[in-house]
Amino acid sequence: MRVLAAMSGGVDSAVAAALAVDAGHDVTGVHLALSPDRQTLRSGARGCCSVEDAHDARRVADELGIPFYVWDLADRFRADVVDDFVAEYAAGRTPNPCLRCNEKIKFTAVLDRARALGFDAVVTGHHARLDGTALRRSADAAKDQSYVLGVLTRQQLATAMFPLGPMTKDRVRAIAAERGFAVATKPDSHDICFIPDGDTRGFLARELGARPGPVVDAATGRTVGQHEGTYGFTVGQRRGLGVEAGDQRPRYVLAIEPVSRTVTIGTADLAGVDEVGTGVPTWTGAVPEIPFTAQVQLRAHAAAVDCRVCADANGGLRIALATEQRGVAPGQSAVLYEPDPARGDRVLGQAAVATAGRGRA
Amino acid sequence: MTYLDHAATTPVLPEVLAAMSEQLGRVGNASSLHASGRAARRSAEQAREQLAEALGARPSEVLFTSGGTESDNLAVKGLFWARRRADAQRSRIVVSPAEHHAVLDSVEWLAKHDGADVTWLAVEPTGRVTPEALAEALGDGRDVALASVMWANNEIGTVSDIAALAAVSHAVDVPFHTDAVQAVGQVPVDFAASGADALTMTAHKLGGPMGAGALLLRREADCTPLLHGGGQERDVRSGTLDVAAIVGLAVAATAAAAHRSERAPRLAALRDRLVAGVVAVVPDAQLNGAPLDDVLADGPGRLPGNAHLSFPGAEGDALLMLLDARGIECSTGSACSAGVARPSHVLLATGADTERARSSLRFSLGHTSTDADVDAVLEVIGPVVERARRAGLGPR
Repeated sequence: MRVLAAMSGGVDSAVAAALAVDAGHDVTGVHLALSPDRQTLRSGARGCCSVEDAHDARRVADELGIPFYVWDLADRFRADVVDDFVAEYAAGRTPNPCLRCNEKIKFTAVLDRARALGFDAVVTGHHARLDGTALRRSADAAKDQSYVLGVLTRQQLATAMFPLGPMTKDRVRAIAAERGFAVATKPDSHDICFIPDGDTRGFLARELGARPGPVVDAATGRTVGQHEGTYGFTVGQRRGLGVEAGDQRPRYVLAIEPVSRTVTIGTADLAGVDEVGTGVPTWTGAVPEIPFTAQVQLRAHAAAVDCRVCADANGGLRIALATEQRGVAPGQSAVLYEPDPARGDRVLGQAAVATAGRGRA
Repeated sequence: MTYLDHAATTPVLPEVLAAMSEQLGRVGNASSLHASGRAARRSAEQAREQLAEALGARPSEVLFTSGGTESDNLAVKGLFWARRRADAQRSRIVVSPAEHHAVLDSVEWLAKHDGADVTWLAVEPTGRVTPEALAEALGDGRDVALASVMWANNEIGTVSDIAALAAVSHAVDVPFHTDAVQAVGQVPVDFAASGADALTMTAHKLGGPMGAGALLLRREADCTPLLHGGGQERDVRSGTLDVAAIVGLAVAATAAAAHRSERAPRLAALRDRLVAGVVAVVPDAQLNGAPLDDVLADGPGRLPGNAHLSFPGAEGDALLMLLDARGIECSTGSACSAGVARPSHVLLATGADTERARSSLRFSLGHTSTDADVDAVLEVIGPVVERARRAGLGPR
C-alpha cells in the first residue's frame, strides 16, 4: 500500500513509520507544521512544533530512506483547533484540543489530502489498537490514546494504521534504540502543543482578555471571591480557586456559567455526578441499539466507569453512571467503550458532555 | 532518475573531481613560506587567474569565499559599511525585491540592526529590473550606499541588463553589486564589460564543488570585511584558502565558459521542447518569467535552462511530491529554512497572485540534461497535474 506517515519528530511516530516500512508499504513521511511562528529550537517539554522537531522527523525519514515533506497546516490548525479551544473556554466549557486535532486535522485535512494524492492509508504513532476497523485501547494501558481517537468514524478508521497499538511504550523506545534513532530517548510530549509553556490560563488571558466575575459558594449562595475569567477554571478543579472558605474543607468547581461569568464552587459531597447529558454522538462503527450498557471515560487519563446509555429527545445521549464521578466538565468527550479484556476495550463512539448532574440524588 | 534541478546544484564534472582529488592529496597552507606552502599558493593563484580569465576579471579582483551566500553578504554589508563610513549620509540601499534571500536577508538585517533605509525597486511582470526603474529609485544617488540587482533570477530565470544597470548606478556614483550565481555558465558574463563593482558567483552551479565561490570586487571598491584574521584575499576575506575547492571552482568555471556557446542553445532547445510539451498536455499551464525567446543586447533574456510554470488549481508542493515519487526531481523554487513552503517571493514581486505563486514548479536543465529527461517529464506530467488538482490548493 502507499502509506503516508505523519511524523511529529517524536519517538512514537518515528517507530510507527519504521514499522510501516518493515511491513512492506511504500511509505512517505510528512511533518505537519501547525504553528505559524515556529520556533527554531524546542522550548518546554512539548516536542512537535518547532523546526528542531521537523528536523528530528526528517532525520528518521532519511535513515528509513523514505521521502519526507513538511505540510503547512497552520491556518487550518488555528481555525479548527486553537480558535475552537478559545471559543469553548469562553463559553464555559473544557475542550480537548488533541481530540479536535485528530478529528479535524490528522484524520480529515491530512487524510483527505493524502487520499487525493493517491495514498491508501495514513499511519500515525498513536497508542491504540486497530483490528479491522475496530478501535481498541492500547496494550499499554498507561499510554493508551484511544480516548482522543474516539471521535473517528468508520471511514476514517478504515484508512488509518496504528502499528504501535499492540506494544508498550518501553518496546517502542527499545525499537527506536535498536535502529539507532536519535529520538529514542526524546522525552514524551505532554501539555498542549500550542501552549508550550504549559500556562493555559495565561494563554487564554492573552486571547480573551480579563473577563472578571464572581465566585459563588453553592452551599450558601454567597459570593466568596472574584476571578479574572471563567476560562481559568474547569469543572472539578480544586487548586487555584483563590478563595478561602473558612471551614478548612476543600472546595471544587461545580459549574461555570459564562453569561453572568459565575463560577460556582462547593464541597466534595456536591462535586460528584452520576448522570451525563451529551450532544449528538459519533460512532466508530455500526450505530448501537440504544439503550445499552457500556463503560464511559469522561476525560483523558480518567478511569472508565460502567454506565447505561439512553437516548434523549434531541439526538443526544443520557448516560447514567454506576458510580459518582468528579470533574465531569461540559465540552469534554464522553467516550463509550465495550469492555474486552482479551483484545482491548473497544471504542464504540463518543459525544460531547453538555450537562452533568445527579439523577438519583 | 531524472534530475531537473540544476539551479539548486549540478553534478560535479569529472575533470573537477580529478583536479580536486589530486590537490587534496597534497599538504600545504597557501600562506606558508616553505616549499609545500609555495606549491599550494601556486595552485591557488593559478586557479585565481583561470577564474578571472573565465569571467573577464583581473586576478586581483577575485576574492575566494565559501560560496554565493557569503559573497552576497560580503558585498551587501561590506559595501554598505564602507560607503557609509566614508559618507555618513549614504544610508540607503536600492535593491530588487526578487533577489535571492542571501541578498534580501542581508539588506533586511542592515535595515533592522544598522540603520539602513531600503528602496525596493519596481520589477516588471517578467521579473526584470529596467534601467529606468533603477534610475528613478536612485534619484541623485547622494544618500545611496549601494544598489544590488541579480544578473539572472534563480527561480524564474529572468536576465536583467546588468551593463545598463551598472551604468545607471555609476552615473550617480553608487556602487553596484550583482548576484550572478545563476548567470555564470548560462549567459555571457564578463565582469569588466558589465561595469559592476562586485559580482557574486559560486562553483556548485557549474559542476564544481559546494562550499566554494568568489566575490569579484573591483580594485577600487572599498569593502569592509566580515571575516577578520589572517588577512588573506586582500584583507577583505580572512581564512586559510581551501585550495582543493578553489582548484575545483576554477576548473568548473573554465569548463562552463568554454562550453557555454554550444551548451546554451542545446539547453534552450530542450527547455523549449519541455515547455511546449507540458503546455500541450496541460493547456492552462502558465509560463512565468520572460518569454522563452526573449533577448537582451548581449544574450538571452531568460536562462536557457530555466522552465518555470504555474499549474492553476494544483499546489507546487503536491506536484513536487508526485513527481519525486516518479523519479523526477525538480523544485518549487522557494524552499525555506523551516521546510514550510511559502508562496514564492519572486512571483509575488512580479505581481502574481498568491495562488499562482503557490502553484508553481521549476525545472532547471544543466550540463547533464538530455532529451530523455524531457521525455520523462512529458510522460507523467498530465496525470500528476490531474492528481494534484484533485488534492486542491493545499489543506488551508
